[in-house]
Amino acid sequence: MTAPLAPLAPLVGCVLSLLFAPLLPGIINRVKAWVGGRQGRPLLQLYYDLFKLLKKSAVYSRHSGWMFRLAPVAGLAAALMALAVLPFGALGSLVSFPGDFIFLAGLFALARFTLILAALDTGSAFEGMGAAREAMFSALGEPIFLFCLMILGYRSGMYSLALMLGDIKPVVWTADWPFFLMLAFAFFLILLLENCRIPADDPNTHLELTMIHEVMILDHSGPDLALLEYASALKLWIFSLIIAGVLLPGPGESLPVAGHAALTLLIVFTVAALVGLVESVIARFRMERVPQILSLAGSFVCLAALSLWS
Amino acid sequence: MGENMTTLETQTSAAGNTLFVRNGQAAAMASVPVLSFGMFAHSLQTALRDGARLSALFALAGRPETKDEAPCRLVAVLALDAAGLVQILAADVENAYPSLTPRIPQAHLFEREIHERCGIVPEGHPWLKPVRFSRLAGPDVGHADFYRIDGDEVHEVAVGPIHAGIIECGHFRFQCLGELVMHLEISLGYHHRGLEAHLVGGPDKRSLPLLETLSGDAGIAHAWAWCSVIEALSGREASPRGQLLRSLALELERLANHTGDMGALSGDIGFLPTHAYCGRLRGDWLNMTAMLCGNRFGRSFLRLGGVTFDPDRALSDQLKKRLHATARDVRGALRALWDSPSVMARFTGIGKISAEDAAALGLVGPAARACGLERDARSSHPLDGLPAPPELVSAPWGDVLARARVREREIQTSIAYCHRLLEDFIGTDREDGADDHPQALSAPGQMADPAPVLTPDSIAVSLVEAWRGEVCHVAVTGTNGRLRAVSLVDPSFHNWAGLAMALRNGQISDFPLCNKSFNLSYCGHDQ
Repeated sequence: MTAPLAPLAPLVGCVLSLLFAPLLPGIINRVKAWVGGRQGRPLLQLYYDLFKLLKKSAVYSRHSGWMFRLAPVAGLAAALMALAVLPFGALGSLVSFPGDFIFLAGLFALARFTLILAALDTGSAFEGMGAAREAMFSALGEPIFLFCLMILGYRSGMYSLALMLGDIKPVVWTADWPFFLMLAFAFFLILLLENCRIPADDPNTHLELTMIHEVMILDHSGPDLALLEYASALKLWIFSLIIAGVLLPGPGESLPVAGHAALTLLIVFTVAALVGLVESVIARFRMERVPQILSLAGSFVCLAALSLWS
Repeated sequence: MGENMTTLETQTSAAGNTLFVRNGQAAAMASVPVLSFGMFAHSLQTALRDGARLSALFALAGRPETKDEAPCRLVAVLALDAAGLVQILAADVENAYPSLTPRIPQAHLFEREIHERCGIVPEGHPWLKPVRFSRLAGPDVGHADFYRIDGDEVHEVAVGPIHAGIIECGHFRFQCLGELVMHLEISLGYHHRGLEAHLVGGPDKRSLPLLETLSGDAGIAHAWAWCSVIEALSGREASPRGQLLRSLALELERLANHTGDMGALSGDIGFLPTHAYCGRLRGDWLNMTAMLCGNRFGRSFLRLGGVTFDPDRALSDQLKKRLHATARDVRGALRALWDSPSVMARFTGIGKISAEDAAALGLVGPAARACGLERDARSSHPLDGLPAPPELVSAPWGDVLARARVREREIQTSIAYCHRLLEDFIGTDREDGADDHPQALSAPGQMADPAPVLTPDSIAVSLVEAWRGEVCHVAVTGTNGRLRAVSLVDPSFHNWAGLAMALRNGQISDFPLCNKSFNLSYCGHDQ
């Protein structure tokens, strides 16, 4: 990449993320349909849905207050800020500072916090139940997510996401490949839980009593729902991007920055396809076994940490 | 008609204070022993302890013109599975009687129903709430006095009556401690159409089509039970070939619903392969019913005396071929489910009911068989003119896994039975090449009288094993040979209490799965 254009590179990454994020649920659904022998919904369905929802007006219950209206905006704002600190491949990030991975985890927590309050704000028994589940599982998941990022920072010796994820030296990667693979697997499990995918949650179910995330947004409608849907697509994108960052060593002589970015994109799509495959072949866990997914993720990140002990 | 009466008398044994009849046979009302209430309760209790089931319990309003009858007569119909007989006994009551429910839990809904219909109070009934929402009396629709558990950490979750999905109305009230369900109360009655009341004075042209909609997914079973009752009361026998075809249609109904249920169970746990395939395969079974009679749900297939359409050789061959192909696909789809450890882990141990509870609540059908109870009206109360029934399938665990297992095994036995019906009977009988079968299956041109003259002052009972469990129809005729009282019991009527029991001390997130594993009918209960 030529020098005058370099400051624009992170912006390009952000634009790519914003544009392509709603494609991931489409990919997942296409894979599921393909495995199930169905036609499936269009790849761009979420784009259509978002467009449709934005044209509608929102319906608010008399019993809900400002918190209910704040959650979608706060959720999207948090996702956008997360995109600002997260590098797209080697294109760098808009904002970068040591310790920004804690900021990233904090942003997720903020979005979740507002959404949980909004769910409680509706006064619905369903939403309260979903909020309780979300709070419990994320309380278990957050430390593991942070530990994953921390151990990654420790290995690379740098504590900003742009360097931790975007600039892993190929030499380092080849020397410690089991570490990175195990870490990527742990991130994948956290992705399944954080993005309400099977086996933790079922994004397609209509059964309120079994939902976690979906039940919290039952009362949102119109543009609010569009913001929430878009924010959750972005969240899925962010997690896939993290996995791509862990799996792909930084650009070197054989791999220019542009090629690296293309590969990153490919890995992100592959992660979505993998999520679709997982959803196609295994059943959802019963609620009380969901933390087992997290203990598996925790075990893998611990193993990854131990593998550095030489 | 008088001659007919005497043959009926010989078939029933009214030894002392008991009356036994066989499934699908009539008896004179005069032969039904009318006991004192104490004796009645005692006989019921003894019979139930010895393994009988309470198939129906209803009140017969007294006739003011006859002085010897009390205002109300309770009539109980017991199914004695081991003997293959049905026992009928009665007792006269005034405006109140000591409730049977504390001693006989499976009577709880029947007593509530009698209370609601006739205003007779079962004194000491622990749960005397409305069963259905009647426009004439009782509370407004949806107003029910729900059981409540108080406490700072207890919360109440109300689901329905309108649900997320294209299903019927019903209200579920959970008392929860976090995710734990301490109590589930099921309040139904939103679909009450007053079918029983409508049939009184009949039968007429509308009776059978109405009965087919009692529970739309078990139309064949209800139509058959009804035909059987009316045939018994009118002294007319169903044509043997008609019985075979009814049986085939009933098995196809079972196959379609069991296959659909297996798909729905997979869908609830997010297991897509089986979900997607079973949805299509259910349609294949329904289409086979359509090949048989032109309607996917077998509407208008059954007629008094037989059926409306008789498949010729070519159609039988085609059905056989379809049966083979669909059976193969269903096996494949179910194998994917059974071979998946995550599915097994999800099903195991959820919604457990003990065999004792199931027996006490009087569960029927796959739900009962999944608790290890061997209850299948096809084997214990076979109707005339049918080949040996399919093997009875049961599983001892009482959980969702058991209910899924029983369904899966029943799909296999039912397929084998259909093969047998088609190959040994239906498909071979018509080698003469005649277009119209001489045995007169009440073909469209020669429609049987839909409103036949019935034997006066008689009672008939029929039991048909629908896919959900035993369908029991009881009809009583008056002196004029018209229907005086009708009791229609859908298997759901027995089994809803089982679902509430299965959820006790379970996880609230498991409710949809448990519910699907029972897959009960709302309108069948409400009728």
